[in-house]
Amino acid sequence: MTTHETAGHTTTTGLDNRKVMMWAFIGSDCLFFASLVSTYLLYRGKSVVGPYPYEVFNIPYTSVSAFVLLMSSLTMVLALSAIQRGDHTRLRIWLLATSILGCIFLGGQYFEFTVFVEQGVTLQGNLFGSSFFTLTSFHGLHVTFGVVILMSFFIMSLRGRLSQEQSLNIELAGLYWHFVDIVWIVIFTVVYLIEAPNIVH
Amino acid sequence: MAANSGSLPKFLERPTSYTTGVWGWITTVDHKRIGIMYGFTAIFFFLLGGLEAIVIRSQLAFAGNEIVSPDIYNQLFTMHALTMIFLAIMPLAVTFFNLIVPLQIGARDVAFPRLNALSYWIYLSGGLLLNAGWILGGAADSGWFAYAPLTLDQYGSGGRGMDFYSLGLLVLGISSVAGGLNFLVTIINMRAPGMTLMRMPVFTWMAFITSILLVTAMPVITIALIELALDRILGTQFFAPGAGGDPLLWQHLFWVFGHPEVYILILPAMGIVSEVLPTFSKKPLFGYPFIIFSGIFIGFMGWAVWSHHMFTVGMGPVANATFAITTMLIAVPTGVKIFNWIGTMWGGSVDFKTPMLFSIGFVFLFIIGGLSGVSHAAPPSDYQQQDTYYIVAHLHYVLFGGAIFGIFSGIYYWWPKFSGTLLNENLGVVHFALLFIGMNMSFGPMHWLGMDGMPRRIYTYGAEYGWEFWNTVSTVGSYMIALGTIVFIVNVFYTMRQERRTDLADPWDGRTLEWSIPSPVPEYNFKEIPIVNGLDSFWDTKYSTDKDGYMTPIPQGASDEHTEDEEVDIHMPGLSYFPFITGIGLSVSGFGFAIYSQFNVVGLTIAIVGILATFFGAYGWCFEPADPEDHH
Amino acid sequence: MATEHHNTEHPSSLKYVVIALILSVVTAIEVAVVYIEALSALLLPILLILSVGKFIVVVGYYMHLKFDNKLFTILFGSGLILAIYVLCALMLLFGVFI
Repeated sequence: MTTHETAGHTTTTGLDNRKVMMWAFIGSDCLFFASLVSTYLLYRGKSVVGPYPYEVFNIPYTSVSAFVLLMSSLTMVLALSAIQRGDHTRLRIWLLATSILGCIFLGGQYFEFTVFVEQGVTLQGNLFGSSFFTLTSFHGLHVTFGVVILMSFFIMSLRGRLSQEQSLNIELAGLYWHFVDIVWIVIFTVVYLIEAPNIVH
Repeated sequence: MAANSGSLPKFLERPTSYTTGVWGWITTVDHKRIGIMYGFTAIFFFLLGGLEAIVIRSQLAFAGNEIVSPDIYNQLFTMHALTMIFLAIMPLAVTFFNLIVPLQIGARDVAFPRLNALSYWIYLSGGLLLNAGWILGGAADSGWFAYAPLTLDQYGSGGRGMDFYSLGLLVLGISSVAGGLNFLVTIINMRAPGMTLMRMPVFTWMAFITSILLVTAMPVITIALIELALDRILGTQFFAPGAGGDPLLWQHLFWVFGHPEVYILILPAMGIVSEVLPTFSKKPLFGYPFIIFSGIFIGFMGWAVWSHHMFTVGMGPVANATFAITTMLIAVPTGVKIFNWIGTMWGGSVDFKTPMLFSIGFVFLFIIGGLSGVSHAAPPSDYQQQDTYYIVAHLHYVLFGGAIFGIFSGIYYWWPKFSGTLLNENLGVVHFALLFIGMNMSFGPMHWLGMDGMPRRIYTYGAEYGWEFWNTVSTVGSYMIALGTIVFIVNVFYTMRQERRTDLADPWDGRTLEWSIPSPVPEYNFKEIPIVNGLDSFWDTKYSTDKDGYMTPIPQGASDEHTEDEEVDIHMPGLSYFPFITGIGLSVSGFGFAIYSQFNVVGLTIAIVGILATFFGAYGWCFEPADPEDHH
Repeated sequence: MATEHHNTEHPSSLKYVVIALILSVVTAIEVAVVYIEALSALLLPILLILSVGKFIVVVGYYMHLKFDNKLFTILFGSGLILAIYVLCALMLLFGVFI
C-alpha cells in the first residue's frame, strides 16, 4: 500500500482526508437532492388547484439562469488553475467572478420567484408551489453558502492569507460549487424543460 | 482550512491550559474523551427511555388501568422509541466507534477531531431539544415513525410536540452525518501500515458499513422531516390531504431511511459480538471473510427492503411480492453470520465471563427476533401481524436482545481498556441473568398477544379480550429488566470508585490492536504506530504455532509498557471551543424554529441567535490556528 | 510542501473554456429541441441524454474526477447511483412514468 506525504501526515490511500470527505459529502448530498426531486416528480400533475407549472414557467428566462451557473463553473475552475500556478491576481479575479455569477443566479431566482408569486404560485398554495419552492430554495441555499465561502476565500487572498500551498481549499470549494451546478443541470431538465410540451405547443 | 499565522484576536487562540476539569471536557477533541462523553450521555438517555417503558408497562399491566391518560401514553411510547433509537442505541454504537476504531486501526485519533467533538455537542443539545416537549406543553406523540397526516397541526393533539420531533431529529441528523463522514474517512485513510481492508477487525468493518449507511440514509429522512416541519410551521401542502398530499410519500421517505436505520442499529452490535466470541472461545473468528461480506451484503440489501413496513397500505401485489422476496433474501447473510458465530464457539475453550454471556445471549435472542422477522416478510402473514404486539415482540428481540445485549457485551469487554478497572464479575452475571430472564418474560408473551389481536399503541384494553394475564407477566419482566439495569448502574458506580490498576492492558488475552497498548490508553494511543502483518496481528505477537500445530506463547521481551514518568513527545490535535459553540448554536436555532408557530417573535429571535452562534462557531473553527504537526 | 497531484493530465485554461462553450451549446440545443414539434415524442430521451452528457462533462473535467484517484469516483458514484435508484423506485411505486 503506497503512502504519500500530504499536509504533514501520511494517509493510507495517499489522498488528503479533506478531499476524501468532500467527495463523500457530495455523494451524500446526492441523496438529499434526490429526495427533493422525488417529491417534486411524484407530485407533478397532482395539484388539486392551480397555478400549474406550464402556466408560469418561462423557459428562455430560466435557460439564461442555467447558462450563468454553467459559466460560473468555468470561472471556478479557472480560479483553481490560477492558485495552483501561484497566480494570486487571477485567483482573486476568478473567485470574484464566480461569486458575482452566483449572485446573478440567485438574483434571477429571486426575481423569478416574485413573478411566480404574483401569478399565484405560493409555497402554501398547492403541491406544485410547495415542492417547487422547497426544491429550488434548498438549491439556492446551497448556492448562497457557496458564495459566502468563495467570498471568504477572496478576502483571505486579499489579505495575503491564501497561499499556493493551500490550493486544496480552493479545490474543495470548487468541488462543492460544481456539485451545486450539476444539481441545477438536473433541476433545469426535470422541473423546467419537461413542462415544455405543455407550454410551447 | 488553515490561515497563515499573524496576530490573532484573542478569542481565536486555542485553549491550552485545560486538560482536566469541565473546560477540558468542553474543549476536548480526543476521541477517547468524546467516546466517554457519548457513553455516559447515552446511558442517561437509556435510563430515561427505560423509565418511559416502565410507565408504559405499568399502565398496561391490568385491563382498564388509568395510571396515565391517553395523551400522555401517546407521548410515552413515542418518546420511548425515539429516545432508545436516536439517543441511546445509536450513540452507544458511536461511543464504541469513538473509543475503539482508532485503536483497532492503529491510529492516534479520527480524521477530523473537531468534527468529532461537534457530533457529540449536537447530540447532547439535540437530545435535550427532542425531549424539550416534556416540559413545554407536550412531547412528540404521533409515534416514532410519525405517519402523516396525523402529524399535521390540524389533525394531531394540537401540541408542539411534533415540532420538537421534526427539529430535534433534523439537528440530531447533522450529528449522525458528520460522524458518519468522519469515521468513513478515518477507516479509509488512517489505517496503520500493512492494515489492508481484509485485515481490519470485524468491529471496524461494521463501523465502516454503518458509516456508509449513515451518510446515505440520513439525507432522505432529512427531507421528510423538512417537509413535515414546513407543513406544520409554514403551511406547505406536502402531506395535506385536501391539497392532494399523499400520506404514502411520508411513509416511503421515512422507511427508505428507516430500514437502513435498523441496520445502523444492529451492525455495530454484530461487530462487537464478532470480537467478543473469538476472544472468549480462544479461537479465531470462524469465516472472517463471510462475516465481512455478509455485512456488506446486508448494508447493500438494506436499501431494497423498506416497503416491507408498508405491506398493508395497498401498494399492490407486484410491489408487495418484490419487497417480500428482497426481505427474505436479506435474512440469508444474517443467517450466515449466526452460523459463523456458532462455528467460532464450537470446539473452542469457552470462558463464560460477562462479556461472553451477553454475546451468547445476543446470538440466541437475535435468532428469535430474526425468525419473527422472517414471518413478517410474507405479506399475507404480515397482514395479521402489522400494528399488533407481534411486531413489538420482534423489534424488541432484535433491538434489546440484539443491539442492547451486544452493547452491554462491549461495555464489559472494553471497560478495562479505558478505565484501568474491571467491572465486577458477579454483579455482571446478575445483570445478565436479570436482563435475559426479564426480557424473555417481557417480550416473549408479546408474540402471542399480538397473534391474539392486541394492537400496538393502545393505552388500555378491556378485560374481555383475555389479554390481561400475559400483559401482567410482561410487566413483571420489564421490572426485572429495570432491576438488572440498576444492578449495572451500581456496578458502574462501585467500579468507578476503585483505584486504577496498571495490569489491565490485556485482561482477556485479546486478538486486536487495542489490547496491545496500556490501560487506560495514553493520550497519543500508540507510542509507535504498529506495522500490521495480518489479521489479528496482535495475537500473532503473543502466540505462534509449534511444529505439532499447538499454540505456544511467545516469550515477551522488554515490556512495551512504559512508566508514567517517561515523557513522550507526540503532539496531538489542540483543544477547541468552537465545536461546542457550533453544536449548541445548531440546537438553539432548532429550538427557535420549533416554537416559532406558537411564539413567532421569540422563536425567530432565538433561531437567528442560534444561527449566528453557529456561523461564529464555524468561522472561528476555520480560522483558529491549525493543529501542530505530529512528530514521532 | 507541494500539494500532490496524482494526475498527469491537467486540462489547460483553453480546454476549460472550450468545455464551457460546449456546455453552453448543449444547453442551447436542449432549449431549442423543446420548440421543435417534430421531436416532441422523443423530447424526454433527448433531454435526458443531453443533460446526462453535461453532467458527466462537468463532473469528469471540472471536478477532475476523470483524472483523479478511483476512490473519489466510488464515493461519488455510490451516492449518485443510490440516489437515482431511490428516485426510480419511488416513481415506479407511485406509478409515475414521467
